[in-house]
This record gives sequence, structure tokens and C-alpha cells, in this order.
Amino acid sequence: MNILLNIFTVLAVVAGAFFFLAGTVGLLRFPDTLTRLHAITKADNLGLGLIILGLLPLTSGPIQALKMISVWLLVQLSGAIVTQLIARAVRLRGLQE
Amino acid sequence: MTTSLALDIGLAGLILAIGIWTVFARDSLAAVIGFVGYGLLLAIIWVRLSAPDVALTEAAIGSGMTGMLLLGAAARLRPAGNQSTRTSLGGRFAIGVLCGMISAGLAIAILFPPESIPSLAPTVMQNLAPSGLGNPVAGVLFVFRALDTLLEKVVLILALLGVWSLATDRAWGGVPGLRIYLEPSNTLTFLAQLLPPVGVVVGVYMCWVGANVPGGAFQGGTVLAAMWLLVMIAGLRNVPRIDGFWLRFLLVIGPVIFLAIGLAGFVLADSFLAYPAGYAKPLIVAVEVALTLSIAVTLGMLGAGPPERSRHS
Repeated sequence: MNILLNIFTVLAVVAGAFFFLAGTVGLLRFPDTLTRLHAITKADNLGLGLIILGLLPLTSGPIQALKMISVWLLVQLSGAIVTQLIARAVRLRGLQE
Repeated sequence: MTTSLALDIGLAGLILAIGIWTVFARDSLAAVIGFVGYGLLLAIIWVRLSAPDVALTEAAIGSGMTGMLLLGAAARLRPAGNQSTRTSLGGRFAIGVLCGMISAGLAIAILFPPESIPSLAPTVMQNLAPSGLGNPVAGVLFVFRALDTLLEKVVLILALLGVWSLATDRAWGGVPGLRIYLEPSNTLTFLAQLLPPVGVVVGVYMCWVGANVPGGAFQGGTVLAAMWLLVMIAGLRNVPRIDGFWLRFLLVIGPVIFLAIGLAGFVLADSFLAYPAGYAKPLIVAVEVALTLSIAVTLGMLGAGPPERSRHS
């Protein structure tokens, strides 16, 4: 059982790290702000989500697990909002020019 | 062992790279963003050094709050264009020499440590029990070095006075010019309605657990200040006038209660800032709660900037 859980942790964290890598490559390589935002949100939401999912079996109890899930939810919320605000600023600037 | 060593070397390399990049960045906004990233990495390094209290403060104050103040300063300087006055060659030389001396001093201290490194940690742990606190950092802040903590809070208010004194005569006593988002934005309003209930709980929690685990007045107060600023920036609540009675009351309540308990120590416990036996913990918690409020209001007003609109308009 323990070995299964460990395998699950390694797989999920590696998958999460892959999304971070992909998001970072996108951030560096994509041509404009909107596509870069598209790339980086995948890292925040899916990457962090998978890493936290993978770490859940290692937590000492339900309270700690709940704290980690709240961290993911808060990062998702702030990430989504900040992305919207940046995209909005880009659009408004585009309309002015 | 090797994995953590690789992680540490990677962190140290990253922070050096960001530091150098920040110094050489031409654009002030880019430099500030580099500084914020630098602060967050520094917080991770403090965690690696098993100092979560310092890490929390660095992330909240060093990176978050200072970053916001610097962003505001960079945005205010922006209309002035790039006609920034360059420091003279002599001045830059002097700065370089002083920075080099500090770096050399630190390097010598780390590379050639004394035979036995002086530490007060065992003494702190021996004498912590009578205070009723579980967190040795809170013990040092509120019992052994309470005077430093008190002066720190007074310095914070002096900093706010410095910001306020940038106001023009006409705007004195008026409303701070926090107008970052001129156009109303539904997205920001949504965040400012959704996040503060969560943030206030987190801030109060950080202040409350500070007696026993990492946390405390400064970290909790910063989170509360951030929530207040978010609500003000989104335009859901007005920025208060700086001559309001309640605003000024909340600004000084923390230091005043701290000072009053300190003075009472002369009578009740025979020295300044000493706590009567058996009452240390409740008194410290009372001081921490009042300080959290004062820190939150002070940092919030620091973020809001100097008054710009007169109270009559």
C-alpha cells in the first residue's frame, strides 16, 4: 500500500513539474502577452494542483491536507484574477493605440 | 543529502542572478519586479535555514509590502520620464566601496568563524517557560528584547509621518491619493469581495498562533493590511482622511498599550517592560492584538500614499 502511494506521489509530482516546465517554456517562447498568459496559467493551475495532489498522501492529517488544498485554491483564484487584469490592461492599451 | 545540497546551490545561484539583474535593470518597474522575486527567493532560503518566522516576515514585508511601495514610487516617477539624475562618479565610487566593505565583512565572518560560535539560544530556551510562550522567537521579541520591538513599531509610525509629510499644504489632513485603477473593473471587485473574508481569518490566525508557532503581529498585520488595500483599490470602501479620529486612534493604540504595560512594569515587576509573574502570557497576547491592529492600519496607510485630495473637495 505504502509503495503504491509513493509511486502515486512521484508520478503526480513529476507530472506537475512537467506542466511547470511547459508553462515556463511557453512564457519564454510565445510571441505576445496574451499567449504567454495562456501558457503560464496552465503551470499555476494544473502544475500546482498535481504537485499538491501528489503530496496529499504524505500529510500528517486531514487539517494539513485541507491547508494544502486551500493553498492551491487561493493560488488558482489569484492567478485567474491577475491574468484577467493583465489581459484587460493589454486590451485597453490596444484599443487606445 | 546531495539533493538538498543541489537545491541550496541552485537557490543561491538563482538569488545571485536575480540580484545582479535587478541592479542592472534599466527600467525602474522591471527592477521592482526583480526585487519582489528576489524577496520571495530569500523567503525560501530562510525556510531552508529553518527560520520560518523570518521567512514569513520577508515574504510579507520585504517582498510584498516593500514591493508595493516601490511599485507605487516607480509609477509616480514614470510621467517624469527618464531624465533621472545620475549619481556622480564620486558618489557611485563611495557607494561601491561601502557595499564592498560590508560584503567583505560578512564574507570574513562566515569564512573564518570563531572557535565556538556565541549563542544565546540555550539561555532563551531555559528561561522561556515562565513567559508561557511556546515560540522562542515570540519570547525574544516580547520578553527578552521587548524594547527593540517597541521601538520598531514607533519607527513604523515615523515612516508613515514621513510619507504624509510629502503632502502639499492644501491636501494636508485630506484623503490619500490611492488611485491605481481608474476604470472600474468587475474582476477586481469580485476578488475584493471574495478574498478579504479568507484573508482576515488568515491574518487573525497568524497573530493568534504567533505565541506558540511561527507567526505573529507583524505577519498577521501585513495580511490584514493587504486585504484593506485590496478593498480600497477596488473602490469598495473609501480611503479614510488622514485627520480622522478613529484612524489616528488605531495607528497609535498598539504602541500606546505596549508602552503602558511597559511603564506598569516599574510598579508591578520592578523594571521597565517587565511582566508581573503569572500574567506574562495574557499581557503579551493583549499587546500582540493591539500591535496587529496598529501595524495593519499603518501599513495600509503607507500603501495608500501621501494625501492628495483636500478634505473639502
